[in-house]
Amino acid sequence: MKPTDTADPDYFHKVVDCQWACPAHTPVPDYIRLIAQGRFTDAYMVNRRSNVFPGILGRVCDRPCEPACRRGRVEDEPVAICRLKRVAADHKDEVADKLPRAPIAQNGKKIALIGAGPASLTVANDLAPLGYDCTVFEALEKPGGLMISNIPSFRLPERVLDEEIGYILDMGVKLKTGHRIDSLKALLDEGYDAVFVGSGAPKGKELNLPGRQEADANIHIGISWLESVAFDHVKSIGKRVLIIGVGNTAMDCCRTSLRLGADEVKVMARKPREFFKASPWELEDAEEENVEIVVNHSPKAFVIEDGKLVGMTFEIMEYDTDERGRITDTRVVGEKTIPCDDVILAIGQENAFPWIERDLGIEFDKWDVPVVDETTFESTRKGVFFGGDSAFGPKNIIWAVEHGHQAAISIDKHCQGLDVSERLPRGLNLETAKMGHNEWAYSNGYDPSQRRQMTHVELAKRFKDLDTEVELGFDPQQTAVEVERCLNCDVQTVFTASACTECDACIDICPVNCLTITPNGEEADLRQRLSAPADNLDQDLFVSEDLPNTGRVMVKDEDLCLHCGLCAERCPTAAWDMALSEIFLPHADDEAAERARRRAAE
Amino acid sequence: MTSIVKPRIDKHLRRNQLGLTVRDYEGVMSTLCAGCGHDSVTAAFVQAFHEMNLEPHRAAKVSGIGCSSKTTAYFLGQSSGINSVHGRMPSVATGAAAVNPDLYYIGVSGDGDSLSIGIGQFAHAIRRNLNMLYCIENNGVYGLTKGQFSASADIGTKAKYGEVNEQPPIDPVLLALSLGATFVARGFSGDKKQLVPLMKAALAHKGFALIDIVSPCVTFNDHKGSTKSYAHTYEYYHPVIHADFVPEEAEITAEYQDGGAITVPMHHGGNVTLRKLGRDYDPRDRDQAFHLLRTREGSEVLTGLLYIDETKPDMGDMNRLPDEPLNVMDYSKLCPGSAKLAEVMKGYS
Ligand SMILES: Cc1cc2nc3c(=O)[nH]c(=O)nc-3n(C[C@H](O)[C@H](O)[C@H](O)COP(=O)(O)OP(=O)(O)OC[C@H]3O[C@@H](n4cnc5c(N)ncnc54)[C@H](O)[C@@H]3O)c2cc1C
Ligand SMILES: Cc1ncc(C[n+]2csc(CCOP(=O)(O)OP(=O)(O)O)c2C)c(N)n1
Ligand code: SF4
Ligand code: SF4
Ligand code: SF4
Ligand SMILES: [Mg+2]
Repeated sequence: MKPTDTADPDYFHKVVDCQWACPAHTPVPDYIRLIAQGRFTDAYMVNRRSNVFPGILGRVCDRPCEPACRRGRVEDEPVAICRLKRVAADHKDEVADKLPRAPIAQNGKKIALIGAGPASLTVANDLAPLGYDCTVFEALEKPGGLMISNIPSFRLPERVLDEEIGYILDMGVKLKTGHRIDSLKALLDEGYDAVFVGSGAPKGKELNLPGRQEADANIHIGISWLESVAFDHVKSIGKRVLIIGVGNTAMDCCRTSLRLGADEVKVMARKPREFFKASPWELEDAEEENVEIVVNHSPKAFVIEDGKLVGMTFEIMEYDTDERGRITDTRVVGEKTIPCDDVILAIGQENAFPWIERDLGIEFDKWDVPVVDETTFESTRKGVFFGGDSAFGPKNIIWAVEHGHQAAISIDKHCQGLDVSERLPRGLNLETAKMGHNEWAYSNGYDPSQRRQMTHVELAKRFKDLDTEVELGFDPQQTAVEVERCLNCDVQTVFTASACTECDACIDICPVNCLTITPNGEEADLRQRLSAPADNLDQDLFVSEDLPNTGRVMVKDEDLCLHCGLCAERCPTAAWDMALSEIFLPHADDEAAERARRRAAE
Repeated sequence: MTSIVKPRIDKHLRRNQLGLTVRDYEGVMSTLCAGCGHDSVTAAFVQAFHEMNLEPHRAAKVSGIGCSSKTTAYFLGQSSGINSVHGRMPSVATGAAAVNPDLYYIGVSGDGDSLSIGIGQFAHAIRRNLNMLYCIENNGVYGLTKGQFSASADIGTKAKYGEVNEQPPIDPVLLALSLGATFVARGFSGDKKQLVPLMKAALAHKGFALIDIVSPCVTFNDHKGSTKSYAHTYEYYHPVIHADFVPEEAEITAEYQDGGAITVPMHHGGNVTLRKLGRDYDPRDRDQAFHLLRTREGSEVLTGLLYIDETKPDMGDMNRLPDEPLNVMDYSKLCPGSAKLAEVMKGYS
């Protein structure tokens, strides 16, 4: 293999598994260290820079970082990254004076943002401080998008939304609620310098089975029903409720039903558990509330008696799977009718753009979804950008935020007459963490503690109303243990081949046997010759320059490295060092600052 | 020495026939200097025991005094050991092996411990063919007492603060050969690919097995001008013959058969295969061993299993000692009583 190019910011970034997996690349270990030091406000601000809504995301983020977390490979469970984010948000001091502010004089450019979901709000968050005049148009009465209309308040209290959306609106962002955009053409005619479409994927999928029309009064589309509940239009539901589908929407529907008076709620899944779309923690939370999850039942018909829904018929399924768990064959082995009073359909959402005229130069593909550039988020019409669920279909909040950051860069460039595709590169800064002999600027010990469990409000207390937040947040003891579980993957092992005497000390001390000195070879061959099996192909091998004494190479399998620094402590020549890496991921203000620097230099 | 104990994570590691990982064969945290060759020898012991599927409590670790001698604490934490008096480890080992031949005796010593103060004891342990693996962690200096030349320092080698050695060195390998040792090898702490198989072969050997291991002292003897530094050893490193221990249940594959590999059946079962590396050399021939060592060129560090003889009786056999350890022997046998004593005494009257 060629020597690894560690100057490429992506190499060390990828080692920080959580940050790499986070769509907005939140520097997780950095904020966890701040929490460990009791610096909650600083931890909050580090988060906010990347993900804008730490209080919201600290409760309901989809947490792609957690399955990626190295700790999950080293033992069984990842660090409770999301819970720690909430700790920062819950315990911070006043942050108003630390937030970006709009300049006294605006730059004269007007931006229209459609929909007040996380995508649009992020764009406004990034552009208002640069002097842009941002107006957000929202069809509903309150801002927040699905975060307010669909995510139930027992998971995400409204005060948390109010606070974090408030920070953005306070930057002078104009919000027009109850203002649905019915024609993009008309909006474009109003002379905005750019338009951002953050309208989400607002259409819930239908299930057209026999009886659908007759039973309409007791069949609800999940996302619309949740919205009606959120805005107090629906206040009750029948005793026996069937939820069709087993994604995250289904989990919110079943738990909301329990709070509106249902006492027998079943979630009906077509496939076995391995195929569920819902996050494992959402499934657990629903089951804790005695929701029954019924597998291998495929909906067949709604059963009507006297013009009213009385039940639903399902085909009972059987599946064959291959050794990799993929379904190879499907059979119907029976049929069953389950009585019920109401059915909620939670089988997916789609984009819908009836309000975008098709002659505006905005190209739609064969699925009637707009064609959007994956880097710039620009549509095929200059100056019209998409982001969040409206761009590439339903995802989650943190993706909507990242789309917002990237679209904001493009909108800024577009308004300044610059090429939207010419963007600042990512950067890397490394600074040694060595403070003295075997003394490091981070806690390098390994704490074998298990992941802390979130405490929940007692079952008896939760169903009284819709708003009782179920999760209590971590207490100080839980926090103190959980922060130490983080391995500080951003403190990188940095190797200088010319200094190595090949004494083997680092090889012997490495607790996870991830280092090897060996003759170089092709990757597949090298992976076979390392101190411990290097069978996780998602994780890179670091390969050094040739070593001075023998011409062999130092190979490091990044998979299980604990970032314990023992290699550096054991190395007599400091060929290994531990260095704190900071990954520079440009936002709109960085682009603007760089422009200002260049102008000043000219 | 490190600031923290090596964390225990082993779910990804290979388990041996006993279901144990290498981590089960470690000892307490080393207090030696970072980069000391002795720590690598420690790691080699751990690996050898793991690969041999020996239970980690089945060794008896004996040592004298020195940085090298301290290392018995750093491996096989479940085995007992004695950190004895400077140069006196062979006596302790002799006594222990006589009363309990059922353990793997591992002697760890230094060039100071074995070749200066302890040379007499060292010689007699060989003469008795004591059944043990005896490792000299050879760094050319007294590491523990801050780097004075030892008896293995080469002529012309420079001490850390400039002094040049003028006295001829004692080569423990030549010494052991002349004293009739039955297993004589040299290794290097930086080459575990060679050292671990050597240790395994030595553990399978019945009788005295010496491995002289070049093990640089990173603090007092790893500078320019030293002939026991990492750089110097790598430069003049010359493996002569590669020894592999092949356990009984495993087949001797073609890999070993070509190139005229030699197979030596071992007393405790299994075979040692010897693969020549470049030179035509038969380690079963003592004369060839002397010749090789005396005609080596310049600073060449000749390594590998240089001599092996599986036919000689060990101390236990020669003295008709019981195979049964005294601590499990039936008391009536161990102490036959006054009647028996009287009978024995009658023989002298
Ligand atoms: C039930 C449910 C639970 C979820 N739970 C989670 C969770 O726990 N964690 C998570 O990360 N994600 C969750 N999601 C997904 C997440 O809410 C969305 O991915 C995210 O909100 C998308 O953000 P957005 O800004 O693209 O659009 P949205 O949040 O959908 O906001 C779009 C806004 O645009 C408005 N709008 C649409 N058209 C117009 C128009 N023509 N004029 C004016 N306004 C308009 C809408 O009213 C809406 O307020 C959940 C989704 C659902 C349905
Ligand atoms: C009887 C006695 N004499 C002298 C000493 C001092 N002493 C301690 S260690 C040592 C030499 C150790 O050298 P070596 O065996 O090569 O071990 P190293 O530290 O180099 O591994 C000496 C002379 C002692 N401990 N006891
Ligand atoms: S920091 Fe060094 S010693 Fe620790 S796990 Fe990583 S490579 Fe191994
Ligand atoms: S401890 Fe340092 S000098 Fe020794 S092998 Fe490792 S990197 Fe090289
Ligand atoms: S002084 Fe030398 S022999 Fe002793 S521990 Fe340090 S490096 Fe090893
Ligand atoms: Mg010595």
